[in-house]
Amino acid sequence: MSLLSVKNLRVSFDTEAGLVEAVRGVSFELGRERLGIVGESGSGKTMTGRAVLRLIRPPGRIEADRMAFDGQDLMRATEREMRALRGPRIAMVMQDPKYSLNPVMKVGAQLMEGLRQRDRLSRMEAHDKAIAALEAVQIRDPGRVMEAYPHELSGGMGQRVMIAMMLIPNPDLLIADEPTSALDVTVQAEVLAILDGLVRNRGMGLIFISHDLRLVARFCDRVLVMYKGKVVEELAAQDLMQAKHPYTQGLLNCLPRIGGPRQPLPGLDRNADWAV
Amino acid sequence: MSDTLAASPLTRTVKRLIGVAASLLFTFIGLLFVTFIIARIVPIDPVLSILGDRATDAQIAAERLRLGLDEPLWKQFGIYVWQALQGDFGISIRTREPVIAEIARFFPATLELATLATIFGVALGVPAGVLAATKPGSWADQIVRLVGLMGYSMPVFWLGLMGLLLFYGVLGWVGGPGRLDAAYDMMFEFEVTQRSGMILIDTALAGRWDMFANAISHIILPAGLLGYLSMAYISRMTRSFMMNELGQEYITTARVKGMPERRVIWVHAMRNVMVPLITVVALSYASLLEGAVLTETIFGWPGLGSYITDALMANNMPAVMGGTIVVGMVYIGLNLLSDILYKLVDPRART
Ligand SMILES: Nc1ncnc2c1ncn2[C@@H]1O[C@H](COP(=O)(O)OP(=O)(O)O)[C@@H](O)[C@H]1O
Ligand SMILES: [Mg+2]
Repeated sequence: MSLLSVKNLRVSFDTEAGLVEAVRGVSFELGRERLGIVGESGSGKTMTGRAVLRLIRPPGRIEADRMAFDGQDLMRATEREMRALRGPRIAMVMQDPKYSLNPVMKVGAQLMEGLRQRDRLSRMEAHDKAIAALEAVQIRDPGRVMEAYPHELSGGMGQRVMIAMMLIPNPDLLIADEPTSALDVTVQAEVLAILDGLVRNRGMGLIFISHDLRLVARFCDRVLVMYKGKVVEELAAQDLMQAKHPYTQGLLNCLPRIGGPRQPLPGLDRNADWAV
Repeated sequence: MSDTLAASPLTRTVKRLIGVAASLLFTFIGLLFVTFIIARIVPIDPVLSILGDRATDAQIAAERLRLGLDEPLWKQFGIYVWQALQGDFGISIRTREPVIAEIARFFPATLELATLATIFGVALGVPAGVLAATKPGSWADQIVRLVGLMGYSMPVFWLGLMGLLLFYGVLGWVGGPGRLDAAYDMMFEFEVTQRSGMILIDTALAGRWDMFANAISHIILPAGLLGYLSMAYISRMTRSFMMNELGQEYITTARVKGMPERRVIWVHAMRNVMVPLITVVALSYASLLEGAVLTETIFGWPGLGSYITDALMANNMPAVMGGTIVVGMVYIGLNLLSDILYKLVDPRART
């Protein structure tokens, strides 16, 4: 049975300037596999991911013919039921640890929060689990990091903390929204390797959001290509080079090849008709 | 060697304390400098205001000598600073009492009123602001906005007079002007040890609950009025700070972790809201401690505001200067306090 099933998902914002349709009829099925979502900035990737958690703030609105997680109807679930899913069942690694960790709370307190508040663990137990989670993301000095505040961590370190925090309750589905886009190139690979290893080992489903098509193809089994709120192409990662859609081909061509001939990057070819 | 010294927490603390003390001293002297200059600039002759304008030339010369007015300015300032550091702000011209003794009587009245008003303002304004921020556009938000707007736009004296008329005059629920009923005024003077000068505290310490209740009935209306004004400001600021925090990514993180909204707002967002809110509350408290002249006048409240105003009207420069210095010190003190609190809540401000 599929873990997540989304049919005709729409996310729209009623703004003063009129209705903004961020996601316009996205459908996909996800098992315990790794699904990539790619597309240029503003194509609706983040909103798709957050809609699954029903974490889109007003004036944003979520509509879908069907959105079910593990047999549970997410569109009908009460806020309380959604809260029970968030964390232990579905988690999300956000883009920039500089903004996504609470600046005035110690890292340790943020890591232990779910364990203390939800699972009602004692301080000691929660502390040990948090330390173990930090070790799992290859942080060498977990005791010190627990006592640190987010601004005292580097970007790479912050994102490892984020990953550790989201993986503590062992969710069935992890949504990673551009988890390395805000990091230095040198640490991107490291953080990705850690994330990849953990997701594989624990056999969880993954939605990996990125604007980097090649990266997504390396990580995922299947790729959705989004453009202006719509999925314009869906393909298996190994078939990437056979992409038919001109937008996907455009995304592929946009990427510079290391060691390749130095040519000016071709502009991304866009056509409004693709997204009607 | 010097490295280990610099790293020692004790040395660091001592260094920081010395730094704070030095900056306090400098600010204080700066404050004295400003009041000193003001006293020289105003067209009030200190000698004439003491002796009256029928004094003889000889009397005037003698008084000038006594006040040190023949000394060069820098020396006068030196004497002024030296005396001020010892708590000597001169003699009140009207009463011939030391200014410091008068202020010690008037300031507690203001302190009591301002503190109670600020407690009201925070206790009501913060939850109101949070409520408004979490449901923007809702009826709750509209009510908070309306109540705040009224606090901004209604003249204080009008609100005060109407309050007195209604709650004291018509309904008789509260005490009238003054800090106590006339009968209790004497009793307080003679029967209660005045430890703080604040009636609520002194009567409570003395176990005189009858007097305490009477003091409450007198302070409740002015404190409620000032508290309302402070609430209007604090709720508006809280609302905007909270709205800003709720839009931040770390809030989404907390929700992703499945934290209940109560915790997201009151723990995650509130701790961040407190950072700017400390300054807002401190400023509002300071402005009340300055003495709310209109309110004090309407409610016959013998506080710092009316003290300074009366002194000004009577050309009583030593009293004006003393009062101004106290106001300045209140600002310095609250500034220091909010600095400390600020560092407590915001790790990024600690260095
Ligand atoms: N609060 C909002 N109000 C109006 N439009 C919004 C809001 N949030 C997002 N959008 C719109 O939704 C679209 C998709 O955004 P997003 O999902 O963040 O794109 P991506 O993650 O692919 O870069 C954007 O074009 C943006 O303009
Ligand atoms: Mg995005």
